[in-house]
Amino acid sequence: MSEKPSHIVIIGAGHAGGTAAALLRQYDFQGPITLIGEEPIPPYQRPPLSKAWLKGEADADSLALKPLEFYAENGIDFRPNVQVTAIDRQAKGLTLSDGGSLSYDIAILATGARPIRLPIPGADLDGVLELRTAADAEALKAALGPGKTVAVVGGGYIGLEAAASARSLGANVIILEREARILARVACETLSTFFQTYHEARGVQFELGASATGFAGKDGKVTGVTLADGRTLACDLVLVGVGVAPNEELAKAAGLECARGVVVNLEARTSDPSIFAIGDVAQRPMPIYENRMFRMESVPNALEQAKQAACAITGRPAPAGETPWQWSDQYDLKLQIAGYPFDADQILVRGDPTSNKFAIFHLKGDQLQSVEAINSPPEFMMGRQLIGNRKPVNASRLADTSISMKEVAA
Amino acid sequence: MAKITYIEHNGAEHVLDVKTGLTVMEGAVKNNVPGIDADCGGACACATCHVYVDDAWLAKTGDKSAMEESMLDFAENVEPNSRLACQIKMTDALDGLVVRLPESQH
Repeated sequence: MSEKPSHIVIIGAGHAGGTAAALLRQYDFQGPITLIGEEPIPPYQRPPLSKAWLKGEADADSLALKPLEFYAENGIDFRPNVQVTAIDRQAKGLTLSDGGSLSYDIAILATGARPIRLPIPGADLDGVLELRTAADAEALKAALGPGKTVAVVGGGYIGLEAAASARSLGANVIILEREARILARVACETLSTFFQTYHEARGVQFELGASATGFAGKDGKVTGVTLADGRTLACDLVLVGVGVAPNEELAKAAGLECARGVVVNLEARTSDPSIFAIGDVAQRPMPIYENRMFRMESVPNALEQAKQAACAITGRPAPAGETPWQWSDQYDLKLQIAGYPFDADQILVRGDPTSNKFAIFHLKGDQLQSVEAINSPPEFMMGRQLIGNRKPVNASRLADTSISMKEVAA
Repeated sequence: MAKITYIEHNGAEHVLDVKTGLTVMEGAVKNNVPGIDADCGGACACATCHVYVDDAWLAKTGDKSAMEESMLDFAENVEPNSRLACQIKMTDALDGLVVRLPESQH
């Protein structure tokens, strides 16, 4: 470190930004840290918002990554309700939405992603909701209740998790999916069918191949969803979960290289060596997939990249390459996914889906690329290791449940 | 409040007062104790909050669920007193709990 400690400004106080601040202190970074967040509260976990929190099983305290005092106690200047509106890379200065400005030696972009809004009539009616922030979740929770009907536009993980929570709160749920199956972009067909069947058995209705073309309303409040086939489905509220877009505009305007996300290298550094980008906003290389570039929307990804940036800044060795993973909880199902099925040429199922305990493996030749495990921790844990260590796998042994996962991987 | 002593693999001790109702994992994470990653935030989905419970306290921390047992089975350097810290909720009966952290969480 130089004689005068650098000033690090972290732009965005989500899971990635908050973790980067804490890790820099854990790694003994001594200089000033400023953490800028547009939300009113310090960094918190988003995953429970569609699950435990929505069902009333978690409170605000338990969502917070750290208590508010943590930031002051650790010399982190946390500034809520503020956005960075411009980066001047020449002067190393930031313009803030509250009229202030800041200079930085190192900036970390952790601006995340935002829910995509449907460009259809009625999208601004009261009761048309999205789910990203704690405030969104608060609004959704307030609108849900026994006997209410929620139309979920988009059959992705957010929609399915919210549907499961809504059912447990006694609400009726209709899921509208534009594609021919739910989870079409993120899971294989076996898993899509499994989840649909499971939700249907718990009272959720599905409309597949259904495009929402507008929202009907009365007195400014949503009353239904209009479909391309002309039908209007009545509802009390709508949850739109059709994917997110990276908040890359700030980086683009500053001339940083962007390609559906801010492009970074293996240490999370952007095309400007003084600026890092981490979390949902970053387009990053993945070593276990031949450094293929992609953008991931998951907590493990946010944590990994926070680690990469904090290590690079403090001169620590880079973290060991990770196997990406994510999870989803719906009803009593725990889905754990490791890896991505790039170039997979074989899909095999281990276990019986009707037992609600099985795993789907995606192989490329004799290498495991990805595993989707339902209520099957051994398959997930061992699968994740096999994806990471690139050990050749015998497919017929992998499909044989009489052979334990430890033996399969031995 | 109940006292927990976290002992890092390098011997560094962190003695903390943790609100009852929080988990042993939350007590560590909210106080920035290094060595407990807790990637999934307590969903019992990742096994990165592995701790060794001091023998004197093991019985008081209760039984492992099938899920925890199953996740732990695949963590590294598992011992009979291994637990996932996200699955131990702090109660007054656990006041004084001592847990040791493994060398790494992967």
